[in-house]
Amino acid sequence: MAFVPLVSGGFTPLTVFDRWRRRFLAGVHDPQLRRSAFVMIGIAAGLAPLMAGAAHAALPKAVNDGADTLLMLIGSALVLLMTPGLAFFYGGFTRSKNVLNTMMMSFFLMGLIGVLWVVIGYSLAFDTGFKSPFIGGLGSMWMNGVGGEFGDAPLADGFNLSASSFALFQGMFAIITPALISGAIVERVSFKAWFWFCLIWSLLIYSPMAKMVWGGGFLGPFGSVGAIDFAGGTVVHIASGVAALVAAAIIGERSTWPNSKRPPHNVPFILLGAGLLWFGWFGFNGASMFAAKTAGYPFLTTTTSASAGLLAWCLIEWFKDGKPTAVGAATGAVAGLVGITPAAGFVYIPQSILIGALTAIACFIAVQVKAAIKFDDSLDTFMVHGVGGTVGALLAGLLAAKSLVPADYFPLSAKILEEGGNGGLFLAQFKAVLFTYGFVGLGTALILWFLKLFMPLRVNENDEERGLDFVAHGEEAYDPMTN
Amino acid sequence: MITALVRPSKIDAVKTALVALEIVGMTVSDVRGFGRQKGQVERYRGNEFTVDFIQKSKIVVVVDDTKVETAIQAIIKAARTGEIGDGKIFVNSVETAIRIRTGDRGILAI
Repeated sequence: MAFVPLVSGGFTPLTVFDRWRRRFLAGVHDPQLRRSAFVMIGIAAGLAPLMAGAAHAALPKAVNDGADTLLMLIGSALVLLMTPGLAFFYGGFTRSKNVLNTMMMSFFLMGLIGVLWVVIGYSLAFDTGFKSPFIGGLGSMWMNGVGGEFGDAPLADGFNLSASSFALFQGMFAIITPALISGAIVERVSFKAWFWFCLIWSLLIYSPMAKMVWGGGFLGPFGSVGAIDFAGGTVVHIASGVAALVAAAIIGERSTWPNSKRPPHNVPFILLGAGLLWFGWFGFNGASMFAAKTAGYPFLTTTTSASAGLLAWCLIEWFKDGKPTAVGAATGAVAGLVGITPAAGFVYIPQSILIGALTAIACFIAVQVKAAIKFDDSLDTFMVHGVGGTVGALLAGLLAAKSLVPADYFPLSAKILEEGGNGGLFLAQFKAVLFTYGFVGLGTALILWFLKLFMPLRVNENDEERGLDFVAHGEEAYDPMTN
Repeated sequence: MITALVRPSKIDAVKTALVALEIVGMTVSDVRGFGRQKGQVERYRGNEFTVDFIQKSKIVVVVDDTKVETAIQAIIKAARTGEIGDGKIFVNSVETAIRIRTGDRGILAI
């Protein structure tokens, strides 16, 4: 309905395509159903525990609110900036002969996933066509029916933001999640394999994860587990961290590792990237409140947790090695941000400081362990995002405030919190974490083994030695003879 | 021709000292290497890296034979801290020198 043919009646390629699309999508496209998606998904899934929860979920009929929608739009722009920020963060750590390839592994996904998301990714995550608690449907392909004719239709009852801004916001998350994985496998992976891996992983792992946690699916507050995940502790950080761990194990270590390790080639890049990530994280967590009026707390907890993480990491270094480092400050801040992600809107300020500090400590230990066992997760993706996401998700269960988990929006989780207290919610979080490890770990391994049948996953040793900037892209980042 | 390898932080002092002796041309480049100082240990995310090749500045200056000893003394005075890692000076002779603009040769071209 958002697509008006330019010439009515004629057989231009546009009208032919449009007719084909309408016929193809006719069966699964029902705007009425989508309008009350968050309640209906549960019923459609046919899960008994959810039915109990859904009784609470009599959400008020929504009208699109300009401020809430604006929050989503600003949030989307902020989250988009995290991907180039991540490219700088990772790019600073590599050797100068691999910096462009490393940055492209993130930056390129703004193209690939940016298109993939509106074509089918969003539909697989948030449509209800398949009536499954694990995957969405095909009815919202090409953003079909999302947002109505002018893009201002509200998302669902109880949500005052437009569906189109929600879809955009979620798309930014879909872009950065596979980009995070790249950190574990830089300086050796073939760019062609990376292209296909991201395409398949996004559809088969990311979209189902988003569905299960946020789309009213299996793991979330409308499903059977009842775990809470404010802005992507499981969906983004544990998923990317576990995928990174599995990918690093399957693809293998760099040929020069660990005998000739090199220090980061550009530490200022790392600080620049961490700064951009922190800035963008306001959108990532803050806008995940979906309501402008109450977004103050998630904005606050996000930044206090990052501050606490930075401080904790630097203090550890100061006591242990005598000097606080710049790379440590950047890593600690990112660890704090990862830790608060699943909890940002569910805790108050003191708890956020605790989460930031504990996550940074856990990540610091994890990085030391990785170095001790000589595992080549090159830029510590699992050690920061996997471990940090896990600690954050579990702490979200322990520290969530009852008043910030309203039964209207989190029926099952609120019920667990009411009956079992924070211990009960911790258990739900633990189940969700465990499920995510299994699902993502196995899924990532299967995708990589499948890809291996068709193409080499890594470049040969000569190309690795030459540097991937030139081998994969025909460019060099720093040409000394530019006059 | 005097080739001096000095600490990068001393490059300005060396330049000033040489200019004071009316030595009006020199070439400077960033180089990496090690001698008795060996490398330095750096820490990233709590992991130690030993950086074998550490940064030095290389100054190449061609002077009249009569000025060689005073130039060497000036460089030593400007670049010395007394710690390991102050660098080295090498001296060798130059067959000829030519100024590209005028074609001048020998001492005129310095």
